[in-house]
Amino acid sequence: MLEIKDLHAGVDGVEILKGIDLTINAGEVHAIMGPNGSGKSTLAQVLAGHPAYEVTQGSVIYEGRDLLELEPEERACAGVFMAFQYPIEIHGITNAYFLRAAVNAKRKCQDLEELDPIDFMEVLEQKLDVIGWTDSLMDRPVNHGFSGGEKKRNEILQMAVLEPKLAVLDETDSGLDIDALKAVAEAVNKLRRPDNASLVVTHYQRLLNFIVPDFVHVLAKGRIAKSGTKDLAHELESKGYDWIKEPAGVV
Amino acid sequence: MTKALDVKDKYVSDFEAFSANGESGVPQWLQALRNEAIERFSSVGFPTTRDERWRFTSVARVAETKFALANGERPSIPTAEVRQHVLECGSEQVLVFINGRYSEELSSTGGVPEGVIACGLRQVTGSGLETVEHHLGKYARMTDNPFTALSTAFMADGAFLYVPSDTILGDPIQLLFLTASGGRPVVTHPRNLICLERGAAASVIESHVGLVDDMYWTNCVTEAVVRDNARLHLYRVQRESEQANHTATTQSYQSRDSNVALTTVELGSALSRHDINAVLDGEGAECSLYGLTQIQGSQHVDHHTTIEHAQPHCSSWEFFNGIYDEKARGVFTGRIVVHPGAQRTDSKQTNNNLLLSEGARADSQPQLEIYADDVKCTHGATLGPIDDKALFYLQTRGIDAEVARNLLTYGFGVEILNKIAVAELRERLDQLVHARLDDGAARRRAKNQC
Ligand SMILES: Nc1ncnc2c1ncn2[C@@H]1O[C@H](COP(=O)(O)OP(=O)(O)O)[C@@H](O)[C@H]1O
Ligand SMILES: [Mg+2]
Repeated sequence: MLEIKDLHAGVDGVEILKGIDLTINAGEVHAIMGPNGSGKSTLAQVLAGHPAYEVTQGSVIYEGRDLLELEPEERACAGVFMAFQYPIEIHGITNAYFLRAAVNAKRKCQDLEELDPIDFMEVLEQKLDVIGWTDSLMDRPVNHGFSGGEKKRNEILQMAVLEPKLAVLDETDSGLDIDALKAVAEAVNKLRRPDNASLVVTHYQRLLNFIVPDFVHVLAKGRIAKSGTKDLAHELESKGYDWIKEPAGVV
Repeated sequence: MTKALDVKDKYVSDFEAFSANGESGVPQWLQALRNEAIERFSSVGFPTTRDERWRFTSVARVAETKFALANGERPSIPTAEVRQHVLECGSEQVLVFINGRYSEELSSTGGVPEGVIACGLRQVTGSGLETVEHHLGKYARMTDNPFTALSTAFMADGAFLYVPSDTILGDPIQLLFLTASGGRPVVTHPRNLICLERGAAASVIESHVGLVDDMYWTNCVTEAVVRDNARLHLYRVQRESEQANHTATTQSYQSRDSNVALTTVELGSALSRHDINAVLDGEGAECSLYGLTQIQGSQHVDHHTTIEHAQPHCSSWEFFNGIYDEKARGVFTGRIVVHPGAQRTDSKQTNNNLLLSEGARADSQPQLEIYADDVKCTHGATLGPIDDKALFYLQTRGIDAEVARNLLTYGFGVEILNKIAVAELRERLDQLVHARLDDGAARRRAKNQC
């Protein structure tokens, strides 16, 4: 589904990602762990198409297409979704209005008719049912005045409604208490299907007790320093990141 | 162009003609008020940008044009056309003014509760009604603003709304001011007085619309007296035509535990200056001011607000958003005066400005004058183009860049419109904001094609 090869990217001439190789197949869940500042969010943002990051080398092939050639909205329509580590506040626009705009944008790429507010509410309610949430945030402006937990939940709700093929979750667990964490993890698990895949970026091993990954990668200084199974996460939990500080081959 | 000085003299001589001609029968108190006002105007003249309060707004367009008094000229406008300009608000009560004069035929005030008076000001100034003499011209200070002085000198008509104690006006009352000049530049001086007695409640929509393309000038003053525990919702929609000038003062005066919520939406005119002055003169009084400006071309809109906390335990909120496209220019001044002894004042001010093009400009200045020590006053302002973080966020949700830009701009507008309690009015204004956005997008496309 996703094939990242020797990806180098940076900001203003400063290289942050220094040669990432990562292959994700349909049905898989990959976790990316790593210390602060190792480039996890940069990778997520590059996959989503943030214009501030310049890709200087390497390639990203998504479902046979050159992902880097696509505008952010085209990536979304092609099924890529990124849950932001720091979701953005939008003034004035309610969650319901925003979600409907997003759903209709997707339907437009699929040559489907737009949903009116009433049809949309139906779709939304089904989705809320699936993940077991209520719609209390719908009439509030997007992320505006939301608590940290509400913002993260809101990202997952968007994911549920947009049904991506490839979901990149950037520290969706950070700052959540254990109940909120469980709720988020449960929602993610319910949305798991053989034909979709996720890349779960996290700083803490505890999320991986709830969303069990097929593979775990450790990012350090812009490179994948170590890959393994979920056991690697446990090892990191007990030993910390220090023992893998220097990626192999880096002088 | 004519010198501002000659024009000032012209208004003084116009005033003499106006006072002598048909207006001579007015009661003495009114004549005295007018005389005082023209004296004031003749001593100060039009403001210039050297005056601190007018630093960012030149009124040369007004000061150098000889506007003829439109009073008395009443072009007939078909009822159907007038109806088109009434804003949907779920109410049939509308007072219509053509060129500043009340039109009884075009208005409908049936169904107001007993004791409520809703009529043309002219119908009551000479009637001996004490309320009018007691309040008219007592709140909007002519020393504050030469335009208020001019309004007071030439006041002849406008709306009068009186709501007696504990009376609730369920449906909003709309005041529709239509200007239909023709041939030469005219000025109208609509003058409104709203009095809500103890425990009364009312919603008033003040709407200004231009029916012609030529240059004219509306100089409007609205005074609202809101007594103990009374509630006023005032909505003000300015949709003058493209060449028009609009100068206005909205002055409220509140007593104990009263509540005033003013929402002002500025879409029209070439030049608009709106002074909003609120005096909180009773404990527990609350006042919220919401403003939305959405302009383009070379339009200029200046909101100059002054909130005076004269008593303890009062709250005021100000929330103004501006959307400026092309070469439009916006000004916001938020002056807050906390008088000595006005302890526990709670005041918050926010002014956000969205610049949609390189040529657009906005100036924002908070002015806090605090003479009490136990108060909470906060203010904040933002200025800039569309937030690219927000733009990217929407794009990652599949919304294309142009639609996303529109959506974010719309959000800026709707943030203010959401404060409007009258659903029909909110929806109508929502349409107007959308129409302006679409127009802006179309103009941008046309420009890019050239
Ligand atoms: N937009 C940016 N501008 C400048 N520096 C950036 C930007 N984004 C990330 N960086 C830098 O790149 C490094 C990696 O950041 P990030 O990808 O956010 O790490 P992580 O998500 O793993 O904590 C940090 O040193 C950070 O300061
Ligand atoms: Mg990060």
